[in-house]
This record gives sequence, C-alpha cells and structure tokens, in this order.
Amino acid sequence: MLTRRIIPCLDVKDGRVVKGVKFLNLRDAGDPVDVAEIYDREGADEITFLDITASHENRNIIIDVVYRTAERVFMPLTVGGGIRTLDDIRNLLKAGADKVSVNTAAVNDPEFVKRASERFGSQCIVVAIDAKKISGQWSEKLRTPNSELLRWEVFTHGGRNSTGLDAIEWAKRMEDYGAGEILLTSMDRDGTKEGYDIELTRNISEAVGIPVIASGGAGNLQHLYDGFMEGKADAVLAASIFHYREYTIKEAKEFLRAKGVNVRL
Amino acid sequence: MIAIIDYGMGDLRSVQKGFEKVGHDAIVTSNYKDILSADGVVLPGVGAFKDCMRNLREGGLIDTIHKVIDDAKPFLGICLGLQLLFTESEEFGIHKGLNIIKGRVMKFSFNTPNSELRTLNLKIPHMGWNNIGIKRRHPVFENIPDNSYFYFVHSYYVIPEDDSVIASTTDYGVEFVSSISKDNLFACQFHPEKSQELGLRMLKNFGDICSVNNSSN
Repeated sequence: MLTRRIIPCLDVKDGRVVKGVKFLNLRDAGDPVDVAEIYDREGADEITFLDITASHENRNIIIDVVYRTAERVFMPLTVGGGIRTLDDIRNLLKAGADKVSVNTAAVNDPEFVKRASERFGSQCIVVAIDAKKISGQWSEKLRTPNSELLRWEVFTHGGRNSTGLDAIEWAKRMEDYGAGEILLTSMDRDGTKEGYDIELTRNISEAVGIPVIASGGAGNLQHLYDGFMEGKADAVLAASIFHYREYTIKEAKEFLRAKGVNVRL
Repeated sequence: MIAIIDYGMGDLRSVQKGFEKVGHDAIVTSNYKDILSADGVVLPGVGAFKDCMRNLREGGLIDTIHKVIDDAKPFLGICLGLQLLFTESEEFGIHKGLNIIKGRVMKFSFNTPNSELRTLNLKIPHMGWNNIGIKRRHPVFENIPDNSYFYFVHSYYVIPEDDSVIASTTDYGVEFVSSISKDNLFACQFHPEKSQELGLRMLKNFGDICSVNNSSN
C-alpha cells in the first residue's frame, strides 16, 4: 500500500536556513544540506526547500545548495520559491532536485505550467497554492455543517496579493494544465500552530485526481493525523514542529501508525 | 565502471552520486563506446515515453542498448528505463518501445464512472513510498527484505506478456509489476537512487554484480 508522506520544509535564504533550526550534534544548523541529512537519516519521506532569497543576484545560491544536497541525500527533494522560467526549472532539476514548485509564475501565466509539464513531465511540477478563506460574501456552493458559506481565494506574495481566483477552481485548472501535485498552504493557519485548514484541504483533495500536500498550521501530531484523515491529504508538510525538535519524524510516524495511518517506518 | 546512459531526460546526477556513495564508479555518458566498454549499464529516465524514444533514436543509442543486452552485460533500467524496454506504450497514443521485453505500458485508471476503485480516492501519479512484494529472488535484491519500501513516481505501469519475468509486484489499486528481471537485465519502476538506505543497497548490489562480471572476463 502507498504510505502517507511526511515532508519537513526548510526556508532557505541566501543559502542559509532561516527560522532557527534547533539540532543538537549538528555541525552547522544553518546549512540546509546538514539539516537535510538529518531528516534523511530520520526517515522523512521527502524534503522541501523553500527559497526566500530576495535579491536577484543571490538566486543562484540555491542551485549550489541543491547540488550539494544531491551528493549526500538520497531522497526526493522539492525546491520552490522564485521560479519564473523553464531555465530556472531545468537548472534545479539538473542540480539534483526531483520536483519544483511554482506559485506566482503560475498565477501570472497559467500556460507556464503547461509548458513546464510538457517539457519536464508532470511528475516534477508541483503547483503551490496559497489560499485564504473568504466567508460570507459568496452565495455559491460550499456549505459546511453549520451552514457557513465557504470559499477560498488564491493569494501570492505570502498572502499579500489577492488574485480573485477561487482556490478549488484554480487547483482543478492546474491539474488540467499538467501539474503533478498540489502544495496547498492555508494563509490563515500558516505560523499559527492551530492545525491545517481541514475544510480547505479536503475540498481541494476531493476536487482533483493528483496528490495534495497539506501545509500551514501544524502544531502537534494530532494535526498531522487530522490532515490525513479529515483533510484527505496525501502528504503533510511541516516546519517548526520538526525544526525545534518538538517531535522527531520517527515519533510523528509512530503516533500516526498507532492511530491507523499507513506510514513508512 | 558503470555507464549511465544520458539521452537528455531527467536527473542522472542522483543515480551517479548514489553509485559513488556505495563505492562504485559511474559515468554519465551518451557515447556508445563508453557504454559498450562499461562493466554495467544503467538506463534511467523520467519524462514522456515518446520523447525518450525519440532522444534514444536521435542519439543513435537504440542499437547500443540492444548490443548491451545481447552481450549479457549487467543492465539496470529505472522508471521510464523499465517502460522503454517494452513493446509499446499507450502514453499519448501508441508508441513503440525497445521491444526487449514483450508487453505493454498502461496508464493507471481509477476514475472511470463504474470503477470500484473510484471511492478510494487514489491519486495519479502514484507518488510516494510503497512496498514491493518480491516474487523472484535476484542478486539485486540481496539483503533487501520482502515488503521493503521504495520511492515511486509514475502514472503508467508495465504489463509483461510472460509472467516469468516478474521480479516484484506492488499494490496500488491494482497489483502491478514493480520490477522485472531476465538474464542479465533487471529493471524497476521505483527509484533506488531516491529510496534512502535500501535504495542505495540495491545500487550497491548492482555495482557488485558488474564488478564480478568484469573480473570474470
């Protein structure tokens, strides 16, 4: 049986891990390669680097990080952040990334996803969707048990720019355009540690036939469980609960397995 | 020396680094002389079947691959490198493969209206860690327990005509063939180079086979 995946995510800026990662016995907790190696050893199912480097000149640093990671870590690696062109994708894949995630570039030019998946294959094109709940002002569809009307809108630039796109429709369209996977982040939950937006995750996961990764809000192991079982996510992404060593990957998997979730241990 | 065939499809660096990590030298090459003089040959690949076949043809590599197989050189196919060995694929129309293994390449299909698998919400691609049921022991599986997990990412799977080539199967809605072996050839749908410790062990096993083969010549 296919197992559900747990994916630690590292924010990388100018080639360094940001948001303090607290590892004991780590030569350099700021080096993404060293941190990736730890997660590899602990049995993480994949790893994701989110490049938040602002300056254009330093954008090639991530290529070097990926290059060095591929020499030491033999697990699937996804890289996101600032990807604009087919050349950006090619350079990352050549350096050793298995998947790239695109966000703003897809919103700006949806055909970019089509070109990328035709060129490199759907399996390596992840579309990242940052979604925010918009309630009350829409008369359409989704009705929760307490009759609240729900809709989610796609945002870019860390939740600052609204796009007017409906997140569910957008996810379906991205699937049609050849996306191989959706990385779904709730902007309402991101950083709150209150758990994933379950309604959002389930609605998207049931609307598309490609895998969906839940992201934004994981604060404890029960949240991971809820993401899988209630949210129907195929994978869950988490940062701080692993980086701060609140839980190891192994502890997370043991917890999930004990509750009947099929994970790889 | 192991030759990893470069025909412009996908990430070959991980495969090469994987071999290096377990003590086997490997080169990434599209030169037929390098390939024919290697102790073993790896055909990796991700992307579209049609594009891969076209690139192999344009690179003049099809005859080279047949020669490697005929020479009984250890051969490892990975992912698309498994599918390409088959007679034909139905990916975006019917496309001829290398026809080294008789059989077809089909797409997973769960969402047809009457499919009983529809309710399981099985996603395509089949992406992630799944276990393999070993049907036939092969030196590549040395020290690999039955039901071990490997990393998969694919939407198509192979159906050999002759069941005797099946080395392992995996369950994803259907029980599909996740690796095959025949004489000097072993090919798997999963990615050993992305499957952490056990994946590296498989690469080591293959490298060891190549070394033994070389020293006996």
